[in-house]
Amino acid sequence: MTEQTTIDAETPQPSPPPAPPRFGRAARITTTVAATVALAGVAIGYVQLTSSATTPEAPATAQTVSLAPAPRLLTLTSTGQVTTVGKDNPGGTRAVSKTKCDRIYAAARTVACLYADGILGTVSMRILDADLKERKAIPVSGIPNRVRVSTSGRMVSWTAFVGGDSYATLNFATRTGIYDTKTGTLFKTLETFDVIKDGKPYQSVDVNYWGVTFTDDDNTFYATLYTKGHRYLVQGDFAARTVRTLRDHVECPSLSPDGTRIAFKAPINGDSTKGWRLSVLDLATNKVTRTAETRSVDDQAAWLDNSTLAYVQQHDDGTKDLWTVPSDGSGKPKLLLRNAHSPAALG
Amino acid sequence: MYLSSIDRPTADDPSPPQHSGRRGLALVGGNVFALGTVSLVTDISAEMVTAILPAYLVLGLSFSPLAYGMIDGIYTGATAVLRLVGGYVADRIRTPKWVAGTGYAMSAVAKLGLLAAGRSAGAIGLVIAVDRAGKGLRTAPRDALITLSAPPHALGRAFGVHRAMDSVGAFLGPLAAMAVLAAAGQVLDAVLVTSFCIAALGVLILVLFVRDRHDDRPATTPVSPRDVAELLRAAPIRRLLLAACLLGFAVIGDGFVYLLLQRREDIALGWFPLLAVGTSLTYLLLAIPIGALADRIGRLPIVLAGYAALCAVYLLLFGPLHGWPLLAVALALYGFFYAATDGVLMALAGPVLPEHLRTTGIALIQTGQALAYLASSVLFGLAWQLWGPLTASRLAAAVAVLAVVATALLLINRSTTTSDTEVTA
Repeated sequence: MTEQTTIDAETPQPSPPPAPPRFGRAARITTTVAATVALAGVAIGYVQLTSSATTPEAPATAQTVSLAPAPRLLTLTSTGQVTTVGKDNPGGTRAVSKTKCDRIYAAARTVACLYADGILGTVSMRILDADLKERKAIPVSGIPNRVRVSTSGRMVSWTAFVGGDSYATLNFATRTGIYDTKTGTLFKTLETFDVIKDGKPYQSVDVNYWGVTFTDDDNTFYATLYTKGHRYLVQGDFAARTVRTLRDHVECPSLSPDGTRIAFKAPINGDSTKGWRLSVLDLATNKVTRTAETRSVDDQAAWLDNSTLAYVQQHDDGTKDLWTVPSDGSGKPKLLLRNAHSPAALG
Repeated sequence: MYLSSIDRPTADDPSPPQHSGRRGLALVGGNVFALGTVSLVTDISAEMVTAILPAYLVLGLSFSPLAYGMIDGIYTGATAVLRLVGGYVADRIRTPKWVAGTGYAMSAVAKLGLLAAGRSAGAIGLVIAVDRAGKGLRTAPRDALITLSAPPHALGRAFGVHRAMDSVGAFLGPLAAMAVLAAAGQVLDAVLVTSFCIAALGVLILVLFVRDRHDDRPATTPVSPRDVAELLRAAPIRRLLLAACLLGFAVIGDGFVYLLLQRREDIALGWFPLLAVGTSLTYLLLAIPIGALADRIGRLPIVLAGYAALCAVYLLLFGPLHGWPLLAVALALYGFFYAATDGVLMALAGPVLPEHLRTTGIALIQTGQALAYLASSVLFGLAWQLWGPLTASRLAAAVAVLAVVATALLLINRSTTTSDTEVTA
């Protein structure tokens, strides 16, 4: 106390007279008020403009949408409405439902619909039946990214993004969960699983998973594990809660229906900032085949049959188109459906 | 609503204010309220964007997992250097206000830049770099202006007021973003445009209402790099810088603290952001009272108490408490840590630094602290990987104890000499 009073007495006063103001107080306040009104006008005007320019939703068609096994292709429209088209006639009539999802996948009457109710709203992993009635909803945090169902319809997995935790950083994390519809076992994140990396136990705070794909035994799965700048293909054992790394530079694996190959995104020249080449790994020979799609693909591809991959390409205006390409590296990419993403062959 | 308070204290009064009869917040001075208002408005704008940025990049632009992880960290070094340059320039041209204003303007323009960058990853990276550079540029001159705008014995309170107003902005930002999204039918572009308008208003308030420093001394020779070297030769300043680095090294980062709390208590991931909210709320409520307390009983004990609280938080991560008591105590201590250290350390540093090199000195201390923190968070990650989170957090607590003891040895009983230096500087 005493010490501080002496400082005060000795120190020159740090708030000396201000420079003569160019503006009087009234002028400054008037300017501020006028600018506030003008800026508010700009903001409100822009908000009004964008809200009226929002893409209108497609009206639901009279035809009911059923996701039961049938030779149909399930997709979402750009606004997220659930639709189906005939697998052999994708240009034919598209059945459109009112139900909306951000990502969808379905198999054997289990429908996994990852849905965010507004951009900052709640996100849930909705598990629906073939008639789109809800069986279970699991709250999820983050932004919907990937979703898969095992061929039997028993296992469901999803990936969501979680943004940086602080205003100073822009770190992304992913959270990948698995739900067993038969036993009710739920893992909201795989980060508690034990990791065997290059044959040795491994732990690191930056472990992140995304893009699960299941095998037919409903226990073994493949996924991408990120740590220290590497994106490994891992094979997981759900019952044992373990994963082990298989190879580097593999993202968003998707197992072929016959279980012999994995379609994935291969970072171009090992650098994901340059984009991804859609490629196929043969699990028996470890041979990688690059597909004929030379544009960058950022999607977890879906197998329409044992030789055809479907994936999304996004235009600069945000609309999405669905493309197919043969999995053996032959042929050319073909446009399958406009205004569509999140494909799954229902049968 | 703050405009009336900005103008209250002696805007056109040529004589120095008499504070014998004035108490409480009036002591802090109008310029601090003006700077606080600028920070409040700017933080609303910044946090609006922070709230939607992940959704914007991922849902709006379809970026894939961790495509942007690399952005983090790269700029930390660059902004550290820029902060030093900004501090030096502010002292050399003797106008911290305009250097800070440039920083605020850069961040405002970046909001529109994000819109213009479209889907180009390179352009988005560049825009975010500009935004961070703006933040790096403005922090030191702004804090220097605060130290020059309030009497030395009320600096703790002045920083408390500023940081509290800053936190209010950070609170309102996400709410504003939600309101805009509701009105605009979930169109993210509308948030960016609104955020720009709010940031522009912040720059305008700075230009119109914040008064620049006023030098009593005539501008004989401009500040030269030699003066900066001299700054480092002064023992009290060197001790302060060393202490700031030591204290920075004791911090492992919010991310790790919240992650360990979340794992310990198995908090549903949806509640995860509330950990940060709990900390900010404590910070917001305590910033002014603790700043005032620091003015009364001394700033160094408060800073040391803050780091002691941090050490307690590290120990609690694997301590005896469980459930809600653990969360309540840990977040209260963590918020107290921020309230007792962030602004109070600047209030401690301000009077030690000579006025003509105030911004450079503050930039130096903040940069030292930031780089030490960066090193410590990397090492903590490494320790986690090698020995697991329990050992890593115990190590962090040990480092915090060492930092507190070393800082106490460096700075206690020297406070008289530091104030002597200030007077003769």
